[in-house]
Amino acid sequence: MTTLTRIARNPVALALVATLAIAGCSSNRSMPNNPGELGLGGNAAPGSRQDFTLNVGDRIFFNTDSSAIRPDAAATLNKQAQWLQQYPNVSVTIEGHADERGTREYNLALGARRAAATRNYLASRGVAASRMKTISYGKERPVAVCDDISCWSQNRRAVTVVGGAGA
Amino acid sequence: MFYKSLSRMKQRAGSGPAIVLCALTIMLAAMMPARALVEIDINKGNVEPLPIAVTDFISNDDIGRQISEVISADLRRSGLFAPIDPNAFIQKITNPDVAPRFEDWRVINAQAIVVGRVTREADGRLKTEFRLWDTFAAQQLIGQQFFTQPENWRRVAHIIADAIYQRLTGERGYFDTRVVFVSESGPRNDRRKQLAIMDQDGANLRFLTQGDDLVLTPRFSPNRQEVTYMSFANGEPRVYLLQLETGQRELVGNFPGMTFSPRFSPDGQKVIMSLEQGGNANIYTMDLRSRSTTRLTNTTAIDTSPSYSPEGRQIVFESDRGGRQQLYVMNADGSDQKRISFGDGSYSTPVWSPRGDLIAFTKQSGGKFSIGVMRPDGSGERILTTGFHNEGPTWAPNGRVIMFFRQPAGAGGPQLYSIDLTGYNEQRIDTPNFGSDPAWSPLLE
Repeated sequence: MTTLTRIARNPVALALVATLAIAGCSSNRSMPNNPGELGLGGNAAPGSRQDFTLNVGDRIFFNTDSSAIRPDAAATLNKQAQWLQQYPNVSVTIEGHADERGTREYNLALGARRAAATRNYLASRGVAASRMKTISYGKERPVAVCDDISCWSQNRRAVTVVGGAGA
Repeated sequence: MFYKSLSRMKQRAGSGPAIVLCALTIMLAAMMPARALVEIDINKGNVEPLPIAVTDFISNDDIGRQISEVISADLRRSGLFAPIDPNAFIQKITNPDVAPRFEDWRVINAQAIVVGRVTREADGRLKTEFRLWDTFAAQQLIGQQFFTQPENWRRVAHIIADAIYQRLTGERGYFDTRVVFVSESGPRNDRRKQLAIMDQDGANLRFLTQGDDLVLTPRFSPNRQEVTYMSFANGEPRVYLLQLETGQRELVGNFPGMTFSPRFSPDGQKVIMSLEQGGNANIYTMDLRSRSTTRLTNTTAIDTSPSYSPEGRQIVFESDRGGRQQLYVMNADGSDQKRISFGDGSYSTPVWSPRGDLIAFTKQSGGKFSIGVMRPDGSGERILTTGFHNEGPTWAPNGRVIMFFRQPAGAGGPQLYSIDLTGYNEQRIDTPNFGSDPAWSPLLE
């Protein structure tokens, strides 16, 4: 809450929110994960959602039907854990998602399993469980919309949202 | 309101098929049972549709023709009847109380003819009379009349279509039913999802939610008065009950995690659903009167999509406890869980037929999504339709037709389809937006 309030008062952060939103609209392929893609990383207020998204990376990806944390995902989660220890007042909601190549009910459960695996990993790196909430959106919130693996692989994800749900 | 008053009327009418109904009889000058009565064997694959003449019901306004058109459309969509183009009719029916000139109807190969009349009672009610004739046996097969409020005219037409279907196939019809589903609009990465309800032919569509909350998997109660569904209201994905008449919404249970994939028990007293905790999904029931909950599965797997057998003694569900998703059957108390699906690929969203003889499912194999059926012991698997993405079967109350949704590859969104058990008669159900997660209502008993 305090973090959000701080963002709202910070005009630079607000401008960044707008930039992100526009980027999200113009690209139907993916959301940014790598701060280098945007070249904006340096401007986010330290400890803010933008700081986390741009400088740490807010999401990890999974293999089909799997909730195993891949090595590339572990690297991202290690950075997330470090950042969360640096800002101990921040709480997060971990959103679990699935690609569209499954049935609805199963994907709700699979997204929950991915969110739980992500939470468990962060907890193993010292993030208090009380700071983390999980939710599954199943296959209902794809970020990439096409009918091949380039999109499905981006939709099989867990997103760590600073300050709670809503992203 | 509507269904309640109808069922009250029905109680007064006794055991007849609907609304207020009286038998009509005609004394025929000569009964000629020389020929076996017309009938359809719907157990055969790819049945030749029965040619039938549905004449415009006599009325002072357009209502008679409209009722005939709804009856015709129902019968045609079933795939079992071929309503004859009215332009081919020789005799113009002016008095539905006298026998038609059968030879005029035999000439155009009408095996059966439907005639009727719609009038208004002094109290404003609509009186609809109809007769079904066997043209070759020259015999009346049905004569009934219905009284109802004028706004229910489509329902009367569906009830008549059901009566014709039942008389000529020996199976109960399914036209006087409704479908609840998820109406989807907006771009694929930002879909607005609303619960919607409509007649089985797509008419009388009404939205049940506004689209502010993500809603999924609606299912009818056995008495058609309630829907159980999943909603992300308040950021907490949970199972809810919705009273159709009042719009009142109620959380089902107080579970410490996501509840999803709900369905009613056949007696309407319980909701069965999955509860997710720490990434595991297990199956629970909640008794709607006592509020007590019972856990039926206890695994570290994903156990979901439970569906009761029609008499309530068994439950089919999907689980990935063995690796990929497969179908399992257990007793209603959770005992004796055993896998029934063993084909290639994975199986999910099982639904037990209202007849009890089959289980419908979604199957994923070779990058395709199919709708199929198998017997409750897992034998006799048959795929009815296959393609890029078919999902989420639901049974018509007579267990002869399945509705599901199909997501095409590329742009666009999911749409509702029905297919009969032969796999031959596939029909799209028109909806104003995209549609998914259909659930077919029972018939009013």
